[in-house]
Amino acid sequence: MTVTPAPVTTSTVLELRGVSKRFGAVQALKNIDLDVRAGEVLALVGDNGAGKSTLVKTIAGVYTADDGTMVFDGREVRVGSPAEAQHLGIATVFQDLALCDNLDVVANLYLGRELRTGRVLDEVEMERSSWELLRQLSAKIPSVRIPVASLSGGQRQTVAIARSLLGQPKVVMLDEPTAALGVAQTAEVLNLVERLRERGLAVILISHNMADVMAVADRVAVLRLGRNNGVFTVSDTRTQDIIAAITGATDNAVSERAARRTQQEGSAS
Amino acid sequence: MTIDDSGVRVQDSTVPGNGNNNSSTAAELPADLQDERLIASHGFSGAVEAFTARLRSGDLGSVPVVVGLIIIWAVFQIANSSFLSSRNLVNLTLQTTSVGVIAIGIVLVLLLGEIDLSVGSVSGLSAAVLGVTFVNQGWPLALSLIAGVLLGLVIGLFYGALYTRFGVPSFVITLAGLLGFLGLQLLVLGKEGSLNLPFDSALVGFATRSFLSPALAYGLVAVVVAVYLLSRLRSRGARAAAGLSAAPTSIIAIKAGALAVILLVPVLVLNGDRGVSSMFLLFVGMVVATDFAIRRTRWGRSVVAVGGNVEAARRAGINVRMIYLTVFAACSTFAAVGGLLAAARLVAVNQSSGGADTNLNAIAAAVIGGTSLFGGRGSAYSALLGALVIMSISNGLALLSLDSSVRFMVTAGVLLIAVTIDSLSRRSRQAHGRA
Repeated sequence: MTVTPAPVTTSTVLELRGVSKRFGAVQALKNIDLDVRAGEVLALVGDNGAGKSTLVKTIAGVYTADDGTMVFDGREVRVGSPAEAQHLGIATVFQDLALCDNLDVVANLYLGRELRTGRVLDEVEMERSSWELLRQLSAKIPSVRIPVASLSGGQRQTVAIARSLLGQPKVVMLDEPTAALGVAQTAEVLNLVERLRERGLAVILISHNMADVMAVADRVAVLRLGRNNGVFTVSDTRTQDIIAAITGATDNAVSERAARRTQQEGSAS
Repeated sequence: MTIDDSGVRVQDSTVPGNGNNNSSTAAELPADLQDERLIASHGFSGAVEAFTARLRSGDLGSVPVVVGLIIIWAVFQIANSSFLSSRNLVNLTLQTTSVGVIAIGIVLVLLLGEIDLSVGSVSGLSAAVLGVTFVNQGWPLALSLIAGVLLGLVIGLFYGALYTRFGVPSFVITLAGLLGFLGLQLLVLGKEGSLNLPFDSALVGFATRSFLSPALAYGLVAVVVAVYLLSRLRSRGARAAAGLSAAPTSIIAIKAGALAVILLVPVLVLNGDRGVSSMFLLFVGMVVATDFAIRRTRWGRSVVAVGGNVEAARRAGINVRMIYLTVFAACSTFAAVGGLLAAARLVAVNQSSGGADTNLNAIAAAVIGGTSLFGGRGSAYSALLGALVIMSISNGLALLSLDSSVRFMVTAGVLLIAVTIDSLSRRSRQAHGRA
């Protein structure tokens, strides 16, 4: 049930090449390339309508790409449904978390994959391994036998993320995990993201909050109007450069050259 | 289930700093009680405190209905001293059974946040099928019974298919069923419209003359208490072995003792007259089995999850359609069984079988018993407790020679109070974070 720690390398787990997606007359994604590496947090940023959600849903199997290839773990794959994506090892925590408020933490963690002895639920084993998982994530949940409704926003996010780990994924996508959280809760979730990285998982973090992105991400992929607009290495990039890439303030020859150089450096490092 | 390296490392890394203190408490306390924010509740007094805290937050469970039942019984006993006599209470168990069985099905649909308004008509139709096939056509009894039950199953599957395929609201589907199956019942019964079941048939005997011998009843109580005690002790052992907090043996002993009293007193009283009815025992068995299915099986967990948040359940990989289908099927099946038992007890099937107030009594019973109309919250025991409340009112007013006019109004008042309590406690739960 626990996630086996992959050796912390920079091997590419998920690779997108030339992924495109159209909705009627709208080209939502055009020729997107993306590399996601194990043990790395990749932030996916972009303005509203840049195609972040479409890209995430394409990877998660909610949409199927019109064009392009997806290589997961060295094999070319086609993901036709969310279940297939989960089966492959791509877990997604959507913004609305999808928790049942009336059930307790244990029931939510194991919903749809309850442990059983015979045909009867094995509550003791589920509770024990829930604690084990939450402890590994250093999650601050006071009790796993209280309804999820009584948890704070950060704790709910923690439960949703812990839930996604039960399927032993290699890639975890978090859709705006800190959007509705306060200062302390945001820090809690960011700690959790770092812990996922320590476990050797590849984390794709979608966020509007540049402070969060700069705090935890190793690399930042910028989308603009459905196209790649640069990949930056956080350690040697200024926030302004990323914001410029997001807003398109770099849409002139000079800054494009600069951005290209940064991108090359980024992919070389 | 392996403890992975990084997890261990993370835990170890907390040791320098304030680690010594931390690790020593971690070693002493069970895994689920280590968080410092938890309000500690140990031993017997702790359990009592936790219970009162839960009540205050609005997590009332079956407390209101039990209190209501006590009040109703007290009032009727004061008004007519024969109300709590053994003889009348045996009658009450017989009257409660068919409505209670139907109410079990209602509890299940309410758990999903849906409703079935047609249970009365379905129960009447299955009784009509029993009467016509068994009495008029001369089928073997078993075959007639199976036909009646299967009819309920098929109707429920039909509802479920309509709901899951076309998304028609259950309110409308079952409202149509209410009318349609009432018509079908009249059609099946034909011109004479009334059939008497043979008084010496096994079914009528089971429903009217079959009672447990006192020895058997007491033996059954002993077995139930023993099974309860053993299962609690076993789960205590398993929890302790898994490093989780376990209920102290004193609490387990007190609970087992309370269960023994709760079971023994009614058996003692009922044995003062004819005894525990086999039909009532069948009903209680169905309640216990349904409760087990809701709380301890994957299906039941899925039902509660769908009632709480359909979208979350769907994303968790639960086959939501299958859940709707099985629950509607179970509800109509319980309705059919309830109709058969009602026919057997009244030794007759007629045009008003399952009519009048059967429908609303069954729905009211489930709600009065504490199952929420908002879905995702309820217990099979609310069918038992709610049916007892409804039938106590009906029985008590009949003893006082008051007619249906008063009965309807009193039942309406109790139903209104029950729903108000449900809404209020829901609001309170939300305020206390227990929604």
